[in-house]
Amino acid sequence: MTDTDTKDDAPAGLSLLARQLLERLPLPVMLLDSQARVLLANAGMQTALGAGLEGKPLTAVLRHPAVLDAVGAALASGGHSDVSFSIAGLVERHYEAHIARLDDGLVALLLHDITAIRRAEQMRADFIANVSHELRTPLAALFGFIETLQGPARDDAAARENFLNIMAREAARMRRLIDDLLSLARIELNEHVPPQGRVALEAVVRQAAAALAPLAAGDDISLRIESVPLQEIVGDHDELVQLFQNLIHNAIKYGRPGGEVRVTLGQESGHVFAAVADDGEGIPREALPRLTERFYRVDVKRSRERGGTGLGLAIVKHILSRHQGRLSIDSKVGEGSTFTVLLPEPGAMEKPPKAPDILPVTELL
Amino acid sequence: MMTDHTVKSFDEQLQALSAAVAQMGGLAEAQLAAAIDAIARRDSGAAERAVAGDVRIDALQQEIEERAMKLLALRQPMAVDLRDTLAAIKIAGELERIGDLAKNIAKRALVLNREPPIRLTQSLGRMGKAAQNQLKQVLDSFSNRNADDAEAVWQRDGEIDEIYNSLFRELLTYMMEDPRTIGLCTHLLFVAKNIERSGDHCTNIAEVVYHMVKAGYLNARPKADITSETSVPYEGRA
Repeated sequence: MTDTDTKDDAPAGLSLLARQLLERLPLPVMLLDSQARVLLANAGMQTALGAGLEGKPLTAVLRHPAVLDAVGAALASGGHSDVSFSIAGLVERHYEAHIARLDDGLVALLLHDITAIRRAEQMRADFIANVSHELRTPLAALFGFIETLQGPARDDAAARENFLNIMAREAARMRRLIDDLLSLARIELNEHVPPQGRVALEAVVRQAAAALAPLAAGDDISLRIESVPLQEIVGDHDELVQLFQNLIHNAIKYGRPGGEVRVTLGQESGHVFAAVADDGEGIPREALPRLTERFYRVDVKRSRERGGTGLGLAIVKHILSRHQGRLSIDSKVGEGSTFTVLLPEPGAMEKPPKAPDILPVTELL
Repeated sequence: MMTDHTVKSFDEQLQALSAAVAQMGGLAEAQLAAAIDAIARRDSGAAERAVAGDVRIDALQQEIEERAMKLLALRQPMAVDLRDTLAAIKIAGELERIGDLAKNIAKRALVLNREPPIRLTQSLGRMGKAAQNQLKQVLDSFSNRNADDAEAVWQRDGEIDEIYNSLFRELLTYMMEDPRTIGLCTHLLFVAKNIERSGDHCTNIAEVVYHMVKAGYLNARPKADITSETSVPYEGRA
């Protein structure tokens, strides 16, 4: 009897040492039998594709045609090949797979996560597209005023004063746009990396609100925060402060002058939530599903007047997606809007499966 | 020993059927992804891949139907085995439709990519990503035999419908503002409709998975697509 057909749970012909080597390898690796069934999947592979892979047919755990074709070819005629593929999801992931048939008829499949590289490429492309679209308009306006000031309005003091005010406003808008584009780019780059820190949400909200207090006072809006004692959550402090700054800023901008902006914090069914409510004009229903699209504006003219960049809620969305959180928006035209952020309690956060306990090599030998 | 062998071979046949459905799901996913990339990234190469890829999906659907029929005729499966077999036939049918819709999106992308870029294709890309996510989740729920996950997909379809409603209105507005855009906007409207339909097929698959696992039915889901009753008043030219 050969090693191959002794028992099912010990992969064919694989010494304990070899198995341990695979387990410890920081790359996702799996071995497939001649029926393309998962014989062994190391911890890295379970982090990538989920737990409980062993014993399942490959199609049940990884079904991209490029991979299945390459595995099929390796099983049929040997050799090796490299393919790249993507897995859809809230955060799309990109991989390169190296597939090779081993001498005993098994196929080894190794994954290389290239999500970060792809995101960086995509981000650069988006950034250039956005810059050329969004920054050229205010820049063209600035040049127009500069030319007028150099020419026809050279000696007109009243026009000069007026134009300089407009130019200052446009320049400020460009600066905000650049700031927002840069922070969006930074957040997107890290979106697939789970946050590490521990954060007290109420302190975050209070910090965000404090920074906006002068703005609220300017519109005669009162800012109220109501909270119950909350569990700490897993999160990136600075990103969460920015998230609430954006939401509270919006609530002040689109709220009713003389009205109230209220942030209510609480905890329910595995989530910590924070609801930012204003009593402004509200948002028409057809606009709700698209608010987090970058540069989408319910009312372009009004957003420009209020100095909006069209990126605030896109930033919120990307921060939440990194935190495995959700945003729900309720609004009634004429009554106001409520933006509710839901963040998972630490226990409810999806954790990559723990690496299996491995005996030290000496005990195996 | 003999009975053991028979039972095992029957299980193997069922497993092979599920594997074929998952494989077909993978093809439909890749097809939809290519079609969405073709729109959102103006990638005409992806569009051509999506158009060409449909043949394989159709062939696999036939294969699944034949396998399933053979199983029904020769094995006369009962209970969960019967539900698995029927689920394979039904899901294959839904996936074939998604493949067709993706192919149609890709064909329109080839036309759109010859025109100057429009920002709205970004919104379509986002809507497409939502549909891709639904398809992934529902196929995962099939492979993991998880009725709860299937139900979650079924519940989430409303989000895609809402985006569709919004895009529908926006496109109508564009066409009224400038009749020269009608040609282009019509293509975009069909792309949006096809993505929305793909989402509906995912909820159909979710219903099949739910029934396969639990032998019960998901009750009628309120439809959030209201475009059949939407009109935007024409305000004349400014």
